[in-house]
Amino acid sequence: MSEKKIRVLIAKPGLDGHDRGAKVVARALRDAGFEVIYTGLRQTPEQIVEAAVSEDVDAVGLSLLSGAHNYLFPRVIELLREQDANGILVFGGGVIPEEDIPGLKQAGVAEVFTPGTPTSETVDFLRAHCGGGE
Amino acid sequence: MRQDFDDLLTKGRAGDKRAVARLISTIEQGGEESRSLLTQLWPHTGQARIFGITGPPGAGKSTLTNALTKCWRASGLRVGIIAVDPTSPFTGGAILGDRVRMGDLTLDKGVFIRSMGTRGQLGGLSPASAGAVHVLDACGYDLILLETVGVGQSEVAVMETADLVLVLNVPGLGDDVQAIKAGILEIGDLFAVNKADRPGADRTANELRAMLELGEEEKRSLPVLLVSASQGTGIEELCAALDTQYQYLDESGELAKRRSLRLRSELLTLVREGIEQHLLQPLLDSPTFQQSLQQFQARKESPYLWAAEFVTQIKIGGSGCELHES
Amino acid sequence: MNGKTQWESELVAKALAKSPERRSSFETTSGIPVERLYTPEDYTGSYEDQLGYPGQYPFTRGIQPTMYRGRFWTMRQYAGFATAEESNKRYRYLLDQGQTGLSIAFDLPTQIGYDSDDPMAHGEVGKVGVAIDSLADMEILFQGIPLDKVSSSMTINAPAAVLLAFYIAAAEKQGVPASALKGTIQNDILKEYAARGTYIFPPAPSMRLITNIFEFCSQNVPKWNTISISGYHIREAGSTAAQEIAFTLADGIAYVEAALEAGMDVDDFAGRLSFFFNAHNNLLEEVAKYRAARRLWAKIMKERFHAKKDRSMMLRFHTQTGGSTLTAQQPDNNIVRVAIQTLAAVLGGTQSLHTNSRDEALALPTEDSVRIALRTQQIVAYESGVADTIDPLAGSYYVERMTDELQAAAEEYIAKIDEMGGAVKAVEQGYIQREIAESSYQYQRQVESGDQIVVGVNKFTIEEPPVKGLMHIDASVAENQIKKLQAMKAGRDNVLVRQRLDALRTAAEGDSNLMPLILDCARVYCTEGEICGELRKVFGEYRPMEVL
Repeated sequence: MSEKKIRVLIAKPGLDGHDRGAKVVARALRDAGFEVIYTGLRQTPEQIVEAAVSEDVDAVGLSLLSGAHNYLFPRVIELLREQDANGILVFGGGVIPEEDIPGLKQAGVAEVFTPGTPTSETVDFLRAHCGGGE
Repeated sequence: MRQDFDDLLTKGRAGDKRAVARLISTIEQGGEESRSLLTQLWPHTGQARIFGITGPPGAGKSTLTNALTKCWRASGLRVGIIAVDPTSPFTGGAILGDRVRMGDLTLDKGVFIRSMGTRGQLGGLSPASAGAVHVLDACGYDLILLETVGVGQSEVAVMETADLVLVLNVPGLGDDVQAIKAGILEIGDLFAVNKADRPGADRTANELRAMLELGEEEKRSLPVLLVSASQGTGIEELCAALDTQYQYLDESGELAKRRSLRLRSELLTLVREGIEQHLLQPLLDSPTFQQSLQQFQARKESPYLWAAEFVTQIKIGGSGCELHES
Repeated sequence: MNGKTQWESELVAKALAKSPERRSSFETTSGIPVERLYTPEDYTGSYEDQLGYPGQYPFTRGIQPTMYRGRFWTMRQYAGFATAEESNKRYRYLLDQGQTGLSIAFDLPTQIGYDSDDPMAHGEVGKVGVAIDSLADMEILFQGIPLDKVSSSMTINAPAAVLLAFYIAAAEKQGVPASALKGTIQNDILKEYAARGTYIFPPAPSMRLITNIFEFCSQNVPKWNTISISGYHIREAGSTAAQEIAFTLADGIAYVEAALEAGMDVDDFAGRLSFFFNAHNNLLEEVAKYRAARRLWAKIMKERFHAKKDRSMMLRFHTQTGGSTLTAQQPDNNIVRVAIQTLAAVLGGTQSLHTNSRDEALALPTEDSVRIALRTQQIVAYESGVADTIDPLAGSYYVERMTDELQAAAEEYIAKIDEMGGAVKAVEQGYIQREIAESSYQYQRQVESGDQIVVGVNKFTIEEPPVKGLMHIDASVAENQIKKLQAMKAGRDNVLVRQRLDALRTAAEGDSNLMPLILDCARVYCTEGEICGELRKVFGEYRPMEVL
């Protein structure tokens, strides 16, 4: 009963409406026993961070296919820091060129899952980094 | 540990969402910390109005919650929202998607939204949602909305925490009113038919009224309102009706009665949990219990006599486990 | 005992005893079982009723009597990025390379009705397509491209009326009358709710805008395809082939009904409806899909809507190869996938085709990649010989059987949607979204379990270095676009702008056709954000019914 349940917010920042990947990941995380808070399309970084804080999630997953990741991902991390919530892990997925990944990681994105990544990899990653409680 | 909660409570009362979030997480975790937090909260609770919203999937509960909240915000109330979605019994996971339709409220400092899974709350354990309500209450939210799908026992149990329950329905969900489980009709204080712009809304409302009259033993007929949550029509009227209904419950003494019953049931649940944890669990874990099971199965002993002896042992102050050990 | 049974009990049984087949059962992506062998017994339909002749009801074999023997399909590469200036350069390059039509990709702020300087547009300007804020950008986009000669397809939905107005106004500036314009607007809002996500307004006002366009174009832009009813994005979101047909045609039915309700005659607009499908890797199922869709639509138009003209019953369609089939791993393999998909579309009788570039799972395509993609179409057209006779796979026992099965599966879905009260209701209740999400998750699980092999992803993988030389959209694009927009606003007649916007808002509150008013706004350089902003005030915004 007191085993800590991993809570993950899955959000689509920006304007792109392709939520297939986000939905597949959300379902896979649910099936792995996580609690997934799904916020839907067109979320501003401010909305995402506010939701992450209120929901007290362990991680935030950002899915983006429009190419705006270099602006939107770091912005989410910056706002989390402002809220003193940098303990929340941020990971990303979508159409993200390999060459952008080092920069995103430097900005604080814990991991980037590109197309073709099995969802089990995301599950394992979150278990390893958020599991086991505080 | 105690210090921690004081600090978080102070911050929570000042509107710090992160502090409120942390307190609710503590409740969700259960155990000793949760109990100690609830004890600390207790003197500060009992102030908020607690409204429940339930109805079949697709009735538009979140959209309505969104619209009602804006209405209350306009009159300056701080609103806390707890949206409960079912946890999968197979995986223990859940997808909590109510925020999708509450995007407008996210950045409002006077609104706190928390999504919760029902988790494994069958078997008499008190839902964490009740504890979360206490947190919001103690943190000074004037109005607390509990929202959940009206299917399944654990969801109905969530509604027991509310002072007043609004049951939402919608035309065109197959067998209209039938979609609402009888059990939910019984807990409703107020009914609304959403998507009133759709054909069939009036019919659904009339069917509801007819069904309510069938089971009506009270002196007062329950209101059935037509709204359109997405277009914002009928929302102010619904807000007002909720107010009126709440006042009626308050003045008639019904509210006090409900709250007292709720306390009683909360207390009983706590006691039951304690009994299970302290008396039943050691029994289940004891090797003699396993042996006795074999004896019952072989028809060498009677489980009826055994159970009666077990209770007697407890009455005279034992733990029950010493039974048959001598 | 007939021949097939005998063959199975003797030869096949012996072979199976020696070594089993690769799997215990085979099925298509739509879950339709695939038999070991198809023989004349598996196809018993009547040739005249079910297949007929190209250009004749039920159009199973194609919509024109000569098909590609007359003219190849239109090779139309979807392109657009950054600013109007940059995209204009890419369009001229593509036309020089032998492309025969343009297909305009807009950036997301344009697709959702925000100007480039809107806070919601931050980070998105010029990213997935070109940023168009007003007529001024549209003029630059088509500079030096004669709009009476080139046909343009615009992937624009919620604000389709606004972009069409910009296009008409830009043509006027070139001296080309609206009546001479050829092209397509996607204008398919239902699939935006169901699968693609670039919606603005709720269903009712959105459907009104769509029928306003139908009506306006039937009188003023007669050669324009007023809608491209799209299964493409439904498939991209994870549907099966059968669902792609079903949900697309169900959307089509909803548009026809809306137009009829608005008082139009079916034969006045149905001929301008066009469709847009995906092409995936299961070659024969895809070919059967196009044929089944054509036959089913003809039947719907004839039997349900009593269309009289042949043209009203013809399903004309554009195809794009499947973006979701592209892999980020070993991207050159995508060239082969696209070639197979090209064959599927051509063997299925498409009217136009976009082929994806190998690097699109990674970023926007480079010029080199786009050229290979276009060359793929040209090789199929000029070298493969498949375009020399019409519908060459007809009569294949398997393809005909699959065509029947897909049609039956689609009809079953459509019946279910009818029961719910049509596609608008089905979307509002989240039914279509739920079905798509379910199929997409199923597929993902098959890939992860290894049941479905994706070459280079879950088998035949290699270590590979990051791909170099991908296309990047510079942040300065947004800055320049915003500067340009602000300069334009300062230079226009702002009193006139206000008047036209007020007139539009007033009209939106009533029920007149909004298209002429939007065109009036476009002509005086009202921005897209301003026009959509007025409409947002009256119509409100759509809130999705999220389903997982």
